[in-house]
Amino acid sequence: MAKKLALIASKGSLDWAYPPFILASTAAALDYEVQIFFTFYGLTLLKKDLGDLKVSPLGNPAMPMPVPTPNFVQMLPGMESMATMMMKQKIADKGVASIEDLRTACLESGVKLIACQMTVDLFDFKPADFIDGIEYGGAATFFEFAGESNVNLFI
Amino acid sequence: MEFDKEVDATGLNCPLPILRCKKGLSEIASTQVLKVISTDPGSVKDFNAFCVQTGHELLQLDQDDSTFTFYIKKRSS
Repeated sequence: MAKKLALIASKGSLDWAYPPFILASTAAALDYEVQIFFTFYGLTLLKKDLGDLKVSPLGNPAMPMPVPTPNFVQMLPGMESMATMMMKQKIADKGVASIEDLRTACLESGVKLIACQMTVDLFDFKPADFIDGIEYGGAATFFEFAGESNVNLFI
Repeated sequence: MEFDKEVDATGLNCPLPILRCKKGLSEIASTQVLKVISTDPGSVKDFNAFCVQTGHELLQLDQDDSTFTFYIKKRSS
């Protein structure tokens, strides 16, 4: 019987979008059955348009910066956009997959994507904004699969 | 070494070489051989781990400078 991987994706920034999609697509390539449960800010990763994903240096002292940048500079208008632009450039330069590509790889290899119904309602997200082929469910839905999974990760 | 299909994953980073390899394997028949070219140094460990876990056989690994060439025999279903 195939091994199973259950992930919870709870973050919606460009950097944190990577771990769930990398792990899910790789596990699927290793013949795992995979489900990702998207909750709170992770729901952003299910939107048709992923162009809004950003990375912020603010509150992240470990983020490598080209020059030392104090917090009060990081909060200036435009800094977040600049950090995002630099990150996207690096991603392209280093041959790292885009989030779109990894998400497509997940869908093509049968990874099941589940949107947390409660947070969809809480944030007034429109199902029309999300990609096709996803399911909706709650905590009990997650445990139905997670309870019999070999690997469970909260990201 | 003879092979039945080639996948070029040069310039790509984790996990793309593995994903391309998996796709390539799905397009050949059992016991046929897939050649994968990668420049990702992490792919050496990853391809070994991939083969151990999936049952495909890593027949040969050629390495020169920064290029890694894998020959993988698809498992018999």
